[in-house]
Amino acid sequence: MDTKDMTIKEMKDCLASGELTSCEIVSQALDRIKESNDELNSFLSVSDSALEEATAIDKRRAAGEDLGLLAGIPVAIKDNMLVKGWEVTAGSQILEGHIGAYDATVVQRLKAAGAILIGRTNMDEFAMGSSNENSHYGPTKNPWDKTRVPGGSSGGSAVAVAAGFVSAALGSDTGGSVRQPAALCGVVGLKPTYGRVSRSGLISLASSLDQVGTLTRSVEDAALMLQVIEGKDPMDSTSAELSQVTIPELIEKDLKGMKLGLPKEYFLEGMDPEVKRSVMEAVENLERMGATIKEVSLPHTQYALAAYYIIQPSEASSNLGRFDGLRYGYHSGGENLLDTYERTRGEGFGAEVKRRIMLGSYTLSAGYCDAYYKKALKVRTLIKRDFDEVFKDVDALITPTTPSVAWPLGEKFNDPLTMYLSDIYTVTANLAMVPAMSVPCGFVNNLPVGLQIFAPAFDEYTLFKVGSVYQSKTDWHKRCP
Amino acid sequence: MFSNEQTLQIAKLARLRLSDEEVELYGNQLGSILGYVEKLQELDTENVPELQHAAQLQNVFRDDVVNQCSEESRKRALDNFSNREGDLLKVQAVFENRTE
Repeated sequence: MDTKDMTIKEMKDCLASGELTSCEIVSQALDRIKESNDELNSFLSVSDSALEEATAIDKRRAAGEDLGLLAGIPVAIKDNMLVKGWEVTAGSQILEGHIGAYDATVVQRLKAAGAILIGRTNMDEFAMGSSNENSHYGPTKNPWDKTRVPGGSSGGSAVAVAAGFVSAALGSDTGGSVRQPAALCGVVGLKPTYGRVSRSGLISLASSLDQVGTLTRSVEDAALMLQVIEGKDPMDSTSAELSQVTIPELIEKDLKGMKLGLPKEYFLEGMDPEVKRSVMEAVENLERMGATIKEVSLPHTQYALAAYYIIQPSEASSNLGRFDGLRYGYHSGGENLLDTYERTRGEGFGAEVKRRIMLGSYTLSAGYCDAYYKKALKVRTLIKRDFDEVFKDVDALITPTTPSVAWPLGEKFNDPLTMYLSDIYTVTANLAMVPAMSVPCGFVNNLPVGLQIFAPAFDEYTLFKVGSVYQSKTDWHKRCP
Repeated sequence: MFSNEQTLQIAKLARLRLSDEEVELYGNQLGSILGYVEKLQELDTENVPELQHAAQLQNVFRDDVVNQCSEESRKRALDNFSNREGDLLKVQAVFENRTE
């Protein structure tokens, strides 16, 4: 049986009925990666123990043991999460050859659920980027059109799912890094509420914005993955005590009684009209499924990207201070300690990382901190208040995930500001700390379009409800490149 | 746009050695990014508090006891050192020797 385009749920059913073994699923995944990874550059490396682990799971299943939620299912890991004994580079030269000393909490939880970690996926260096072109290990290609970007920074994970290598992958989302590549590759990308998933063992970009998320084919699978990785962790003091730790089974048949808001600021100029048409068709569909649609306003939206590109580089410049060439990674010795720092970092970091570290060092520096960093924190409050207000009136918000479909490789590479504008619809969820999810909703010139759903903090259930009802009546997510 | 001097000053804060071409390039690019984020100044934020703590939590404490990591993790962490003597990280002098 070909497992290429199967969901986790379908694999689980086949494993339970005995139609498939984990060994078969894993060896098919490894074969596909071997066959197509050279042209897509989605995986940086694959596990050499995956088949062995799958065999062990198959034996346990045959012995009638009680297995975890993801027993025998291959999952890909973005290369910024630690796996004990695996190289982890965050897409950077500065961490080339660095070996994970312990498992990230999300990795521990996947392992405990029986998932088979199949390999680590390519990404923009330190998750800074929207196209995966900032990887030291070469760009990832979009499987729908190999001359185009897959989006970023979790581009390798999005491609791993879109190309049918695996049914699920982890990514991280600081300003859209799960949702944007999910949209450009035609898969489901979930960014949970800040605090729902532990960040311990995730290489930090901007600690007040980072959140681990999932890339899957179906919304149902996203809920399943979240159920495995979520929850309080003593190793991350910002992880939240959850009142409801598991997501109940999705049994909703329609959206009757739901009120969905269309924020008018997300449908203004700068958007590809064909993307807008796809999203508006999806909105009509949601209405047909029983939802009430209402135009709403998030008045500070136009300031979100500017606030984001101050807060995120500021936090990044501080977090990346640890890459000093001493305790780990690339080392370039100089005449004295300062010289060693400057050489190591000047040679080890790529261009986008250097730009953002410099930007952040500037916006935090004496004399500029009030005008930039502190001002941006105030604007962040205003953006959060917009969401608090609007969620008094509607249950969820519907927007496009990105202003355009996937663009040609190289097109925005030398123009950082234009590249940043591709994050314009996604950064708000991170600033306001609310959950958001991108779901495939159509195609423009055979390239996927993403529909973004926002819900109030810790109300992922609403995302899953809207997304799963939508997917039960549409087949965009079933199309494969 | 930044002058080369300003760009070098920021690079120094960021502990980055840059080539001459990089100084020129980043000076221009940072200038255009800062030009864009300038739009925040249009907003009156006089009485708006800063959003400082993303998780809206305060004082997350635990008991002051040592939780030893596994020997394997400790060994792996040491193996990642660029330069070591036994289990110690070897670094260049932080303070210069003074003879006066």
